[in-house]
Amino acid sequence: MKYLLILASDPSLPSPEPGDAGFEAYMAAWSEYTQALTAAGAHHSGEALQPAETATTVRHDAGATTVMDGPFAELKEHLGGYYLIDVDTLDDAIEWARRVPIGTGSVEVRPVFPTDEF
Amino acid sequence: MPDQPAAWVYTVARNAGVDRLRRESAAQRRLSTQARVLEAGTTERLDSASTADAPVAIAEYGQVGDEQLRLMLLCCHPALGREAQVALTLRLAGGLTTAEIAQAYVVPEATIAQRLVRAKRKIRAANIPLTIPADLSERAEVLTAVLGAIFNEGYLAHSAAAGTLTRADLADQAILLTATAADALPDEPELAGLLALELFHRSRDAARVDRDGALVRLQDQDRTLWDRSMIARGYAVLAHALSRRALGPWQVQALIAAEHTRERTDWERVVRYHDVLITMGPSTVAQLSRAIAVAEVDGPESALTDVDRITGLERYHLFHAARADLLERSGRAEEAALAWDRAAGLTANPAEAAYVALRRASAATAARRDLGPIPRPRDF
Repeated sequence: MKYLLILASDPSLPSPEPGDAGFEAYMAAWSEYTQALTAAGAHHSGEALQPAETATTVRHDAGATTVMDGPFAELKEHLGGYYLIDVDTLDDAIEWARRVPIGTGSVEVRPVFPTDEF
Repeated sequence: MPDQPAAWVYTVARNAGVDRLRRESAAQRRLSTQARVLEAGTTERLDSASTADAPVAIAEYGQVGDEQLRLMLLCCHPALGREAQVALTLRLAGGLTTAEIAQAYVVPEATIAQRLVRAKRKIRAANIPLTIPADLSERAEVLTAVLGAIFNEGYLAHSAAAGTLTRADLADQAILLTATAADALPDEPELAGLLALELFHRSRDAARVDRDGALVRLQDQDRTLWDRSMIARGYAVLAHALSRRALGPWQVQALIAAEHTRERTDWERVVRYHDVLITMGPSTVAQLSRAIAVAEVDGPESALTDVDRITGLERYHLFHAARADLLERSGRAEEAALAWDRAAGLTANPAEAAYVALRRASAATAARRDLGPIPRPRDF
């Protein structure tokens, strides 16, 4: 069963930039996590996203569309990336969500609609 | 004291009333069918989703043998919301009907039905496994909080429509479930801590309200009405919990409640227990409760300073009631009357509301006549 892990964190919190002392360790943690997912046969896909300031939202209102600057929801925590994983149960998905090296932030676990039901 | 104090409590409590017994046997009947209802709903979907794999909806018993406990732990999956956990626990482990739960919480039956439907939908859609995890600690923590919430709801109804201060049925249900869980999970002494806390509170039941349904303050209660055997059981259960040497907030709260069952409360000790409680998890309610104990040690002015430092409880009636009481005892009757006003506006329980109205009136009179301080409440 597929679950989308939606990663969000507060952009005002410091995160290591290329060239910073902790940057390599930070990147290594992410790469280790992705490798662990792959090794467990749970990895489907995943990407890191550009900051929320780069987002554009196309709002649909019964056929009419409006293009707006910014993400669709103004929250303290911004969407920063995702993993699509394939595991047996929600408990497995929660375990993987616990292991995301996000530092401080949130990981929403959302079950994907099973396509073989359509 | 038998080897399994909680089981003993369970037996004694079970014999407490005819009505209780009636529900017990009904609960036994419902228990197995309800478990199947929940699992059937889940397996159905699993079957249609992947016929190749056999559904894993049959829970593993593992170290947990008791069917009721197994259901409780399933209902307390941390991915479910608290209201869903409570409704599921009462329905599946407690064996209450949807109508009974609705009655206890004074909400329309459809509300509870909806909560149960939503919970089952999430269990299905998110594929929450109906198995007991190997590491029980997180699940036991949720279960303790759920049972504590059920007991609180029964012990002190929040709703004005409830009419009486105690809804004994719900509180008893919580005690039964807590006793079952505490017995089966001796490595989780917080469950026993909660059980002791529940017993200490419940022991004062007959003394908490007078014939007219009015609230009686702790220091004014007729102690001969306290259930001494229930207090003794509380002590035994608490001692058992403390012997596991894994102190937690429920055990500390039980220690505080135990202190109030003594002939003379050692208020300095109560303050110290609150200090421990606050280090375990910052809680503004615990800070308020600590301040009330401080008043008995250092006087109302000192307590008032502490109370005024607490933020975030502006919508909590007991915050204003405590402030009002401390102001009154400090001889500031006019401010006290205003604080009682605020408390009155936030109090839903009729017995509490009547008490607050009484205190408000007497504070207003004192403000007019500039009388000295008058006695105070302690046990809301």
